Amino acid sequence: MTPQQQHPAGREIAVVAFAQSVHQRSTDQLSEVELVLPVLQDVLKQTGLTTDRIGFTCSGSSDYLAGRAFSFTMALDGVGAWPPISESHVEMDGAWALYEAWVKLRTGQADTALVYSYGKSSPGSVRDVLTRQLDPYTLAPLWPDAIALAALQAQCLIDAGLTDERALAGVAVRSRRAALDNPHAQLRGSADADTLLQRPYQVRPLRRHDCPPVSDGAAAVVLAAGDAARALHPRPAWIRGIDHRIEAHQPGSRDLTESPSTRLAAVRAGVFDAPVDTAELHAPFTAQELVLRRALDLNGSVRINPSGGALAANPVMAAGLIRVGEAAARIHRGESRRALAHATSGPCLQQNLVAVLEGER
Amino acid sequence: MPEVLSAPLIVEFPFTRSTGPVIGAFLTGLRERVVLGTRGSDGRVHCPPAEYDPVTAAELDELVQLPDTGVVTAWAWNPEPRPQQPLTTPFAWVLVRLDGADTALLHVLDAPGPGSGDPGEVRTGLRVRIRWAEQRSGAITDIACFVPADGRTGR
Amino acid sequence: MRTAAELLAGVPALAGTEPVTRVTLPARLEYSYTPGTAQSRFLTGLAEQRLLAERCPECTRVYIPPRGVCPTCGRATTDQLELPHTGTVTTFCIVNIAARGLDVEVPYCYAYVLLDGAHVGLHARIGGLPHDQVHVGQRVRAVWRDQRPDRPDPGLAAISHFAPTGDPDADPASYRRWM
Repeated sequence: MTPQQQHPAGREIAVVAFAQSVHQRSTDQLSEVELVLPVLQDVLKQTGLTTDRIGFTCSGSSDYLAGRAFSFTMALDGVGAWPPISESHVEMDGAWALYEAWVKLRTGQADTALVYSYGKSSPGSVRDVLTRQLDPYTLAPLWPDAIALAALQAQCLIDAGLTDERALAGVAVRSRRAALDNPHAQLRGSADADTLLQRPYQVRPLRRHDCPPVSDGAAAVVLAAGDAARALHPRPAWIRGIDHRIEAHQPGSRDLTESPSTRLAAVRAGVFDAPVDTAELHAPFTAQELVLRRALDLNGSVRINPSGGALAANPVMAAGLIRVGEAAARIHRGESRRALAHATSGPCLQQNLVAVLEGER
Repeated sequence: MPEVLSAPLIVEFPFTRSTGPVIGAFLTGLRERVVLGTRGSDGRVHCPPAEYDPVTAAELDELVQLPDTGVVTAWAWNPEPRPQQPLTTPFAWVLVRLDGADTALLHVLDAPGPGSGDPGEVRTGLRVRIRWAEQRSGAITDIACFVPADGRTGR
Repeated sequence: MRTAAELLAGVPALAGTEPVTRVTLPARLEYSYTPGTAQSRFLTGLAEQRLLAERCPECTRVYIPPRGVCPTCGRATTDQLELPHTGTVTTFCIVNIAARGLDVEVPYCYAYVLLDGAHVGLHARIGGLPHDQVHVGQRVRAVWRDQRPDRPDPGLAAISHFAPTGDPDADPASYRRWM
């Protein structure tokens, strides 16, 4: 399919601003809105926009991280929603809030959108909280935590001869050393693979370095259409394609070494129409990066997770939006011409979103 | 700068869920120590059962009785069980394809080696058997865990 | 759609068994809740029998309990202030059923009290008078719970209730906009 067939002629939408917090293990001194406010003010300041001039606001978060139903409504105070605004929320990673905002802009119902997401993982035990998203009859009652599920996936890759523990450690080393250039990342720098491999397993075959940090953090993006985007940034990061797909829920009914949903979303987003130079992949676990690279045909010429990725900072519910933001920021700075951003949701990469961003042609 | 306050917050979900015909039948089977799967439109047998065909979306209602034995298709040794997990001693998470099924069921395998860090004989391909819970009520936990079956390895 | 019993009829080992139709699977999650900077300041103030509020530097509205942010403007409410313990009832209701876990005698009167200087009502119990005498516009004052001086409790429970001051009702113009 040509790009024109995938996205019929219509409004071009671009990322014109991105901001994120300095991600930390815990932010006990901040409520959710106190965490989000500086990030919102940052993107608004970058664009010179005020909330009354934003056409649509969409956020992504999960009340389960806070343990309080409807907690996301209080974060909205940070947006200043008076006079009343056009607003929506997804109980998902902010990448899907961005998708909803993109759809809104494509319809022409708005010219600008504010997208934000946040996650304070610190109040609870996030690896156990995430079991609540699992099938309530067959999976959730067993409490298979996020590391356990990722470990099953990693073992599938090892059994298939596609990786080994040393290669996984290599992903961790590369990611966290890249994060030395990222002042927002939580884990910056890494011991070498030999040292890491001496350490005990969390859930075999995964060790602590194979797992993401527990992070509190927030991120925000401003989207704009056509000339509105050109007025807000000298080099907008155009979203040339974006798509998301989901697979069956039961891990036992999937081939965990592959990600057909990522592949299909990538095809629909136009990833394979031209080479990308940068890929920001939302892979909280080392083995998942390998699955994604296979699905996306990413070879050695692509810079993968120059931000450090989710292994360096994993504010759950914001980590996927941050991949889009990081890719866009590189285009803004002229460091990338065509970038891929990916976000994931659900156990073992069940659901995946892929976006292609480009600078002005 | 005020003192940082904190307080414990306990969230409990005491939900009772309706099960529908397929999951209801599956859980009935577990209560009676019988494992059931459903047959899909292409003849593949799903266990845990699928209520709708993953390819055609057709409603599935053909139950297939399966034995309580199968083969490990993936495993992950857990040296430190967490609260509310099925066992309190180290165990392996496993995906088990029961004999006659085409998909795998997620559960735990009780097969410790000499030390808590030692997964013992756990491996992909290990043949395993259900250990049923003594008290069963119609829940996935009616399967207490899996244990190694005889010494033969699976395909 | 067929029923579980109908499906089970086709399985010889289970024909005639009483089918499962529902399952109870309790779940429990433990969290540690931290109210953040603005609310911590407010809660600590309550332990000292002080009512602390914040004002938006842009629209000048005063919020109590303060949350660090003005929901109208989306700006940090950096101005800190302390309010008197008096205010006006702007709405109320009589509650006849005690919510589970709530240690209160029913019936009780629950109200919004617009503290003097605030622009949002503070929810509070009204006490010290028969319920049929509570009315909008009534002037009330906070009555504090006795606390252990060495271990005061930072929480809204520091306020026992609001009781009438005996003053004439407030001029509606002073509170109508903030009801």
